[in-house]
Amino acid sequence: MTTTQGSAVAVELITVVIDGFEVSVPKGTLVIRAAEKLGIQIPRFCDHPLLDPVGACRQCLVDIEINGRAFPKPQASCTIPVEPNMIVKTQLTSPVADKAQQGVMELLLGNHPLDCPVCDKGGECPLQNQAMSNGRADARLDGYKRVFEKPIAISSSVLLDRERCVLCARCTRFSAQIASDPFITLNERGALQQVGIYENDPFKSYFSGNTVQICPVGALTGTSYRFRARPFDLVSTPSACEHCASGCDMRTDVRRGKTLRRLAGDDPSVNEEWNCDKGRWAFKYVTALDRLTQPLVRNAEGELVAASWPEALAAAAAGLKGKRAAVLTGGRVTTEDAYGYAKFARIALGTNDIDYRARVTSDEERDFLAAHVAGSATTYRDIDTADHVALIAFEPEEESPIVFLRINKQFKKRGLKVTAVATKSSIAMDKLKAEFIKVAPGAESAAVSTLSLTPKSIILVGERASESAGLFSAVVALAARTGAKVAYIPRRAGERGALEAGALGNVLPGGRPVADAAARVDIAAAWGVSSLPTEPGRTTSEILVALAAGSLDAVVVGGVDAHDLHHGSEAIAALKKTFVVSLEIAPSSVTAVADVVLPVAAITEKSGSFLNWEGRARAFDSAVADSHNRSDVRILSMLADALGNPISLGTVTAAAREFNQLGKWDGARVAMTSVAPASTPSVSGSDAVLTSWRRLLDMGTLQKGEDNLAGTRRPTVAVVSPKRAAAMGVNSGEQVRVSNGHGSITIPVLVEDIHDDAVWIPRNSFASQALVALDAVHGEVVTVVKA
Amino acid sequence: MTLDRELMQTIIKRYPRSRSAIMPLLHYVQSVSGYVTNEGIETISEILEIETAEVSAVATFYTQYKRKPVGEYHVGVCTNTLCAVMGGDAIFASLKDHLGIENDGVTADGKVSLEHIECNAACDYAPVVMANWEFYDNQTVESAKALVDGARAGNPPAPTRGPNRLVTYKEASAVLAGLDDGLAREGVQAGEPTLLGLKLSKEGK
Amino acid sequence: MSKLTPVLSAHWDEKDSFTIEAYTRHGGYGASKKALAMDPDAVIQMVKDSGLRGRGGAGFPTGMKWGFIPQGDDKDHYLVVNADESEPGTCKDTPLLMANPHVLIEGCIIACHAIRAKRAFIYIRGEVTHVVRRVNAAIADAYKAGHLGNGIDVTLHIGAGAYICGEETALLDSLEGFRGQPRLRPPFPAIAGLYARPTVVNNVESISSVPAIIANGAEWYQSMGTEKSKGATLYSLSGHVNNPGQFEAPLGITLREILEIAGGVRTGHQLKFWTPGGSSTPLFTDAHLDIPLDYEGVAAAGSMLGTKALQIFDETTCVVRAVLRWTEFYKHESCGKCTPCREGTWWLVQILRDLENGTGTEADLEKLLDLCDNIMGRSFCALGDGATSPITSSIKYFRDEYIAHLTNGACPFDPVKSTLFTGAVS
Repeated sequence: MTTTQGSAVAVELITVVIDGFEVSVPKGTLVIRAAEKLGIQIPRFCDHPLLDPVGACRQCLVDIEINGRAFPKPQASCTIPVEPNMIVKTQLTSPVADKAQQGVMELLLGNHPLDCPVCDKGGECPLQNQAMSNGRADARLDGYKRVFEKPIAISSSVLLDRERCVLCARCTRFSAQIASDPFITLNERGALQQVGIYENDPFKSYFSGNTVQICPVGALTGTSYRFRARPFDLVSTPSACEHCASGCDMRTDVRRGKTLRRLAGDDPSVNEEWNCDKGRWAFKYVTALDRLTQPLVRNAEGELVAASWPEALAAAAAGLKGKRAAVLTGGRVTTEDAYGYAKFARIALGTNDIDYRARVTSDEERDFLAAHVAGSATTYRDIDTADHVALIAFEPEEESPIVFLRINKQFKKRGLKVTAVATKSSIAMDKLKAEFIKVAPGAESAAVSTLSLTPKSIILVGERASESAGLFSAVVALAARTGAKVAYIPRRAGERGALEAGALGNVLPGGRPVADAAARVDIAAAWGVSSLPTEPGRTTSEILVALAAGSLDAVVVGGVDAHDLHHGSEAIAALKKTFVVSLEIAPSSVTAVADVVLPVAAITEKSGSFLNWEGRARAFDSAVADSHNRSDVRILSMLADALGNPISLGTVTAAAREFNQLGKWDGARVAMTSVAPASTPSVSGSDAVLTSWRRLLDMGTLQKGEDNLAGTRRPTVAVVSPKRAAAMGVNSGEQVRVSNGHGSITIPVLVEDIHDDAVWIPRNSFASQALVALDAVHGEVVTVVKA
Repeated sequence: MTLDRELMQTIIKRYPRSRSAIMPLLHYVQSVSGYVTNEGIETISEILEIETAEVSAVATFYTQYKRKPVGEYHVGVCTNTLCAVMGGDAIFASLKDHLGIENDGVTADGKVSLEHIECNAACDYAPVVMANWEFYDNQTVESAKALVDGARAGNPPAPTRGPNRLVTYKEASAVLAGLDDGLAREGVQAGEPTLLGLKLSKEGK
Repeated sequence: MSKLTPVLSAHWDEKDSFTIEAYTRHGGYGASKKALAMDPDAVIQMVKDSGLRGRGGAGFPTGMKWGFIPQGDDKDHYLVVNADESEPGTCKDTPLLMANPHVLIEGCIIACHAIRAKRAFIYIRGEVTHVVRRVNAAIADAYKAGHLGNGIDVTLHIGAGAYICGEETALLDSLEGFRGQPRLRPPFPAIAGLYARPTVVNNVESISSVPAIIANGAEWYQSMGTEKSKGATLYSLSGHVNNPGQFEAPLGITLREILEIAGGVRTGHQLKFWTPGGSSTPLFTDAHLDIPLDYEGVAAAGSMLGTKALQIFDETTCVVRAVLRWTEFYKHESCGKCTPCREGTWWLVQILRDLENGTGTEADLEKLLDLCDNIMGRSFCALGDGATSPITSSIKYFRDEYIAHLTNGACPFDPVKSTLFTGAVS
């Protein structure tokens, strides 16, 4: 029997009988999974649907016969695929299987400590639960138990209690098979076998938290959550991750208004059941930061003082009314909030001067986004089926970890070919055995032009392509030449949503070109206004220049940190000169110079959605039910009312409904003009071309207060090539100084595979905040010397 | 002594895939350092391009890899059932007493370490004692004491089936790393029990 | 006429038997020359016809195993020789390799030719330094003589102390540089073995038996042994006998016959219990002296031929002590992968200790048997099964002796009486 599923690939179905019930499942389905389809739960520990079967714990033993021939002994249902004419008897119908399972359970409990009352897992523990459902009622094993020191820290984030461990090896298999970070392994042998690290190398995997989540006992626990709550005291809310554009499904667990932990949700099309440690363990900022709780207005003495909402809104309206004003919104706001900013700019301020890109940008990028990203639909699924993945200005593990996991899955499964055009090698590239096309900073586009891809290939280009002139153009040309798909993967969670919402100067919601009259009419009609501003808006840097030059008078800023901008200090100076309304969750470099500060809700306090890099909506509800804080869009709506130009988006729901009703633009997109590559600087002696990007775990604002997480950061290093190191006379570990006219950074050097002309430093890591210290971006010349 | 990376590369070249060399490399580390040092684990991790955890996972699985120093002469007394019953238990007890050390202990002079071992495939020579994994067959309490006393004095008796002298733990480890010490032709081809069936058949029995 | 049939051991009594000179003096490397001139399938057929079965314990027909290797698949094939001899009582491969390593190398050449492998690995346990020297020197000499290196290579791999590596898939993981833990099957090694390539794993004695089969023909080999267990094999007699040692005889010989040849149980004592093929094979008693020691005969009597490791224990031996010690061995050697074996042996040892010390109860005996029932056939590999064999078989035959420990409040045996040097204990 065959059937077709979705993708029109014929799937052969096999019918088996389990406990007297027939079930038809695709060929290759494991017996344990076929039983689940019937609602028959066979107990298990080592089995995990996303890990290779191992058959180690022996908890899932069942009786099986095929074609009338019975296996002489019970079989592990987690390792045996269904076969035609198979009859399975689980613990429900086979006394032998039932006794076998009880026997295994007894042995697992024999050496297990009786510390359930103080165990984090208590109440949500598969061992507890299955001991109740499939264990003996009495205890016979009364000798001495195995004793280990407990717990031991295998990293600053993860604690290991070896006495509780049932040695199912889910954690070690996850680390080896899924994350390719085999930093934890099974050590020793027999009854002394134990999970462990090598003593000098802790479990510094970006994905370590998943092992805590899939541990079927309380052996692996998160340091931050230890002894903090019982599962039955927590209120769980499905949520989405705000940390990057991967778009992880999440669950947020709150007790009495405070988030105590976050877990990876199960979304097979996105993050499967995994997430990264930042998504899991960076949430304290909501409470750890000195949160803004009420509006502030700058008084006559120049001090920010607390004000009521009506006072603050009136002050903001007064400052904006009739002024030449723009909008800057960081890439972290929800799609609904971004839509609020986009509509606010056009209706309340009458301008297209809006840009969500609070980072190093280019006009080429803006055109690329409007022309090729808005409305596009390349997905994780395309990675699954690709014959070749090209990584351009994109380090997947650092910049979108779930994209890395998906590429890695296909690499492990079928040897998916990966090519990276980059200035420097990376851990992820090693793990993916990626072909490394090494270029000098700025020379990316020439290398991209030489790639050979097919229509089944996929090009993953990161936001850092904006730092290499002509690179987006080269990517577009490559796609046109080869037929490969392009996916743009920004770092921040809100960027794709902001683009689709029209929070960019050249597009209106749904990717409608500002310059297209029909598109403007479309939106104007929907918004109930007679017309929309016709002049395409300015970019972030143009807006800042205009503010400094006095050709703009005022700006509404939401969620922007000046330290993320190129020439951040100049930006602050520009803001200082003008009227600034800042919507923020906590004091920042922008609120410090703002005239009106309006506090907004943090992620767990509001509902909304993000569009991940695929353009897939990741909706979530407020996890903290009784928060007084409001989403940006609600406040913008009030401000627009105060300005007399209402945008009528009183709730997140209203914003979402209106945005979705607008739909996508089916007309012509913004046309992109090809940009020529800039010439790369030639350097000699101690001069080097800077290349730099952010690490996943760094000094990011949303990681503040997460000391345990910080302990698993990758070390801050300056990377130079062996040739340069030899010329400098340095070895890995010695200090080097990277400097320019603006400042300097002194950190240890790491000699690695990088272009000889280049030096790499992390952009925002401890002791290496390139933008702040050097105000330098990719492609600029700096000096590197032995310190 | 330091690890000879070139030599380590020649060990790797024995195999179609480098990771297979992890076991001889660990033996090699023991031949240089007398046990599996952290430096050894880290060096193997580096040259095989695998994680240190993966190396230590292997190093801790196998009984012969020692994570702390053993004696220059590592003495193993078979106390698996047959040898134990036939005298192995008595030999082991008396050696512990004689040397003043426990199982896995090392004498203060670093000369002799003691371990009770599992069946060493010489049951027809029971009770069996191994020193640096060389055979000392048909042992008694006295002969075993003489072995360790000789070892401590620097002149251990030669193995019953082995080279003409007892090599040191490090030297034996080099052999186990697959390195040739030129001693293969020394010693008997077989002991009496090995030849018993052949002898009796020639006698027509 | 002698009941013994020395083939493998025929020249062990020559002082230089381990050298290539001695081996070639007796026609060594003639069989491989003959085999290399044959069609590989004909070699496989010949081994099939000989009736040779695996001498490592399981007794699987060797020729059939070779025939499972896919042909014309353009993949590398491997032969892996299991020289990890570690089963308690088993001591045949070690003296064989010390006395005549070349017969194994020649066997490797023939087997590689048959299964279209270019490379063989010999996985030898690490606790036998001098055997390692002998095998390594023999490989070097075989290269010098041109027997190796002309399309067939042999690599010696040295273990490091892990009984479990005698299990063929654990051995393969170990050889690949991992912890030696058994693999899930399927895929079987014949399809995806070493480096996921088609692989034959054979015991030392099995491969070493091949040159004589090629040289003398399948019919010659078949003429020895019993109906389903053809050929001759090494029986290793140890323990409380007057003359322990290696006895090469046709399959089907009985322990009574071997004891008669060897000179009997220790003078003044009586046979109490014995293992037919190592500690993992259920114990026999004096009631089993006339069981034919072939694969079928031993199985029919409730045990396994295993490695033909005949460990003899006389009436001075406490069976509880013996079983406890074996159980401690299994606990020490359990790889840790699966629950029943890893955890089960932990508790078996404790209960047996109580029983041996006389501090247990009769209920403990039932608990012990029930735990064995929960381990046997529930473990990932045969190690767990083997751990239960001495326990269940000893309780079957010697329950009264277990009870006597309990009523006595201590072990009723004097361990000194079992030693070979009674009275010499300090």
